[in-house]
Amino acid sequence: MSMSKDRTAALPQRAGLGLKPEHYATILADRPDVGFFEVHAENYMGAGGPPHRYLEAVADLYPLSLHGVGLSIGAARPLDREHLKRLRMLVDRYRPQSFSEHLAWSTHDSGFLNDLLPLPYTAETLARVIDHVDETQQWLGRRMLLENPSTYLLFSESTIDEIDFLAAVASRTGCGLLLDVNNVMVSAVNHRLDPVAYIDRFPIERVGEIHLAGYDETFDGAGDRLLIDAHGSAVRPDVVELFRHTLSLSGPLPTLIEWDNDVPDFATLHAEAVRADAMLSAAAPRRSVTRAA
Amino acid sequence: MTMTFQDSQNAFAAALLHPDLPLPHGITTARGTADPLRFAVYRNNVHFSLTTALAQRFPVTQRLVGPDFFTGMARAYAADHKPASPLIMHYGDDFPAFIAAFPPAASVAYLADVARIEVAWSQAYHAADGPPLEVAQLAAIAPERIADLAVTPHPSTRLVRSDFPAGSIWSVHQGETVVPVGEWRAEAVLIVRPQMQVEIRILPEGDAEFLACLLRGAALGEAAEAAFAVAADFDFGSALIGLTTLGAFSAFEPLEGEVS
Repeated sequence: MSMSKDRTAALPQRAGLGLKPEHYATILADRPDVGFFEVHAENYMGAGGPPHRYLEAVADLYPLSLHGVGLSIGAARPLDREHLKRLRMLVDRYRPQSFSEHLAWSTHDSGFLNDLLPLPYTAETLARVIDHVDETQQWLGRRMLLENPSTYLLFSESTIDEIDFLAAVASRTGCGLLLDVNNVMVSAVNHRLDPVAYIDRFPIERVGEIHLAGYDETFDGAGDRLLIDAHGSAVRPDVVELFRHTLSLSGPLPTLIEWDNDVPDFATLHAEAVRADAMLSAAAPRRSVTRAA
Repeated sequence: MTMTFQDSQNAFAAALLHPDLPLPHGITTARGTADPLRFAVYRNNVHFSLTTALAQRFPVTQRLVGPDFFTGMARAYAADHKPASPLIMHYGDDFPAFIAAFPPAASVAYLADVARIEVAWSQAYHAADGPPLEVAQLAAIAPERIADLAVTPHPSTRLVRSDFPAGSIWSVHQGETVVPVGEWRAEAVLIVRPQMQVEIRILPEGDAEFLACLLRGAALGEAAEAAFAVAADFDFGSALIGLTTLGAFSAFEPLEGEVS
């Protein structure tokens, strides 16, 4: 797919932060050393006002990642053309270095459900997701990244492994993948999988960005450990170690710290990015040879 | 018989939205059995994200009734009102109407009007940007033509009229310390964002009637007559200059159908 000539190729292989309204003024006054900022696309779909003013100022200073949370790529129903148009307007206006969305669904006849809901992995759902990613990339005129989900339940009808599903979408559509390492930990614990084995099997050469976040912990109906993708705390130590393992396979990649609830002061958030940056610097450059099977 | 993808997603959504329905068919765990507590995580996520969105959009409404009452009211609203689109900034445009008809809130008669101010505030915040009409542009209009002109409101301009001092109540609940509202009377509130700051002004009765008529598309002369009818002290010049200075208008234009 051809890229627009004035669009920078990629996000830097550094730590980035979610851009929060409570930090706008600090960021513009202090211009902290942050690799990039990421925003939820839907928060910038208003007609005008301060959100756009601040985003323009931040995007002038830093690389930008546009992360959608409402396209509902994993829905059985067709994608919302109006939403695709809004996304295209944002992409045209801000020319982000990356656009990503989720392997999840959120839109239904009753309205927008405002959560990232899980889908079974079957030949039918794979075909639908491939169509939706193709359509999105055509509308936006660029390659997108698709993020692995965190899930709390499984579907008995699933016939395809999650990694195989994501790999098939990537190879059929040419899209990249966003590897959320916290989501891997959450889903692995919730479904009794080995998180390291998940990372080892993931098509790492397709990964264009990593996400890190903090999970919450509870128990399910049988008393088993249940992790919740909460985005309300620092990255947990076991996720930091899984990230280190990921980097040993992938080399440094753009890495976002997600902290969306109970957002701390900027210094606390920035400390998380500094820690991730140190790990990215220590990681060996990505090997150019194809990974052994 | 197997369900289609759309059927199974419909069943999942129905169970998500109606806790009295059984768990959707086909969900399971690594143990091989469905777990209601795991499905409840999704139910809770939907309710929590929607009630949180309302709490963020209606902070004064929440302060007036307290977080527990507010959350209950928001949950009741969210049960039957899902966002129309992924633009959560618009979620709750009709929350004030719901509050007005919510029996447990009936004793706080002004609550719905305060919520209407908060809807108007966030609509003004996200409205299209545009240069407001300036007073100097007013001065350039020939005096004999002015009565026949209509205005184009600024995209951010909103007028909330209340039988209660809703603007004063909103205003005194901005900080930690709440001082009592001075005079208990009806208020009309202009909400407008000419630049990057949302401004809120309580308008005199005549100015409010004048603006309400202009927002309906009336000519300046006709709007002034209506304002005089409700307020004998209405001053056309100071009202027009005052509202223009606040940034309420984008342009003047000849009335539709009139040849200029």
